[in-house]
Amino acid sequence: MSSVWHYAFVQQAFLAGIITAVLAGCVGLMVTTRNMSFAVHGLAEVGFTGATGAVAIGLPPAAGLIVAGFAAALVIGLLGVRLRERDVAIGSVLAFGTGLGVLFLTLSPRYATEAYSILFGSILAVSREDVVRSAASGIVALCALGAIYRPLRFASIDPDVAEARGVPLRTLSIVFLLILAVAVSEAVQVVGVLLILTLIIVPAAAAQRLTAHPGFALAWSVLLALACTLAGLACAVYTNWPVSFFVSGFSFTAYLLARFLGRPWGTLDTASRREAEEGAGD
Amino acid sequence: MPTPVAVGFDHASLSIGGRTLWEDVLLAVPPGEFLAVLGPNGAGKTSLLRVLLGLQALTSGRVQIRGRAPRRGDVSIGYIPQQRAFDPDLPIRGRDLVAFGLDGHRWGFSLPNRVARRRVDDMLSLVGAERFADAPIGRLSGGEQQRLRIAQSLVGDPDLLLCDEPLLSLDLNSQQAIVELIATWHRARQATVIFVAHDVNPLLQAVDRMLLLAGGRWAVGRPDVVLTSETMSRLYGTPVDVLRVHGRVVVLGAEIGGHEPLLGHHTHA
Repeated sequence: MSSVWHYAFVQQAFLAGIITAVLAGCVGLMVTTRNMSFAVHGLAEVGFTGATGAVAIGLPPAAGLIVAGFAAALVIGLLGVRLRERDVAIGSVLAFGTGLGVLFLTLSPRYATEAYSILFGSILAVSREDVVRSAASGIVALCALGAIYRPLRFASIDPDVAEARGVPLRTLSIVFLLILAVAVSEAVQVVGVLLILTLIIVPAAAAQRLTAHPGFALAWSVLLALACTLAGLACAVYTNWPVSFFVSGFSFTAYLLARFLGRPWGTLDTASRREAEEGAGD
Repeated sequence: MPTPVAVGFDHASLSIGGRTLWEDVLLAVPPGEFLAVLGPNGAGKTSLLRVLLGLQALTSGRVQIRGRAPRRGDVSIGYIPQQRAFDPDLPIRGRDLVAFGLDGHRWGFSLPNRVARRRVDDMLSLVGAERFADAPIGRLSGGEQQRLRIAQSLVGDPDLLLCDEPLLSLDLNSQQAIVELIATWHRARQATVIFVAHDVNPLLQAVDRMLLLAGGRWAVGRPDVVLTSETMSRLYGTPVDVLRVHGRVVVLGAEIGGHEPLLGHHTHA
């Protein structure tokens, strides 16, 4: 049982996994609160463009990932604040970005290996430098999120009153997108571009089925992201099956369990009373 | 001015997108007054509240709150926005919504805080929301959500309370309960209330004066003065009949609320 843990690459993978999961769990709950799943997917796909672009000109993919992520976050943030506009803005950025990514891939000399690790994750290949970089950017992102957490929640849940209270909605929206870009670039290491939602959305979605308490929901979200990532890594180390498969499998299981065993409110009389009172047009 | 003024409109006009909402409004709201604002859809009632919140600039004229220009983030103003639907899965309880009114605008994150919690608990019991304070807000009824909205708007102990159609989509019992809550607080606190509504009847016992906006024109006064066939016919520019039936006011030939059109049609300016 213990032998594989002596390998440096395994230890580094677990460290990177822990950092990523904590950040993904914290950011994810805000993403589900703000209804921004599409933005997560968008940032990941634009990150794919950045990563393949970087590879095409001989730079490390991680650099391209974060640069493209920041650029996309700024564009999305500046194009639209309101929810309805946001989808269209993201879609427009996304379509162009992915097209470029396909071009870069065909231009790249190391096409196959790089494409595979960007699309499906490469956590077992992270270097010591990757871990240090992940930790540094993860801590910066967590501090930034901590600094804006309360007004950001206020702005996300209750924008009318928040705006009247002087909360800067647009600035917060852009800052959060930048934090999200960091979280996405880290999560891409673990699960890859195509499975990004499995780490950023699914644990948070499960957490908010378990409790409406904001603090407990955050704790559950981090805990589930950590559990899925670490369990996924462990299974991958022992079986040689892909990490992303296990992480997505565990997080989906957690979501299903949370949905069926989740908080009792779904069956509480308040829900049926509300429906009776407001009719079916909700 | 000899008497202190809580909210003053001085020849205030507002046009949005080239359309005049109201023009040359002259109105002094004394501290402690309960002012209802009524008018047809698009008459600029919500915009009037946005002006007071510092979110919307006047086209001309001046508006002052206790002698100062409105500014965003004024903590002495409580605000109940128009109802919006909350996602049933949002990780937020009723008490968290109330707490936003206390410190939601401050940077950082919330840690358990005994003083804040007691303050929120007091407000929850004031509005009778203890029973569902820990349920997810998206799973509460409209009436329950409005009680929490009132607690949220009052938790900062405001001098001025702005309400944007808080009775919308509530049944008659809930409407009466919400008006009662606000009126009771208003009497005890001696604060100023500006209440946008779509029907004057639930408010008749509570209001001191009403401001009626219609087609760029306006009228202000006690309900028995404004709600007359003569005043309303002049305001709307078409014949309007105001009837009083069993203590309720019925307006024929004009729409005084944005969402429950009464008989007849009104003309846009």
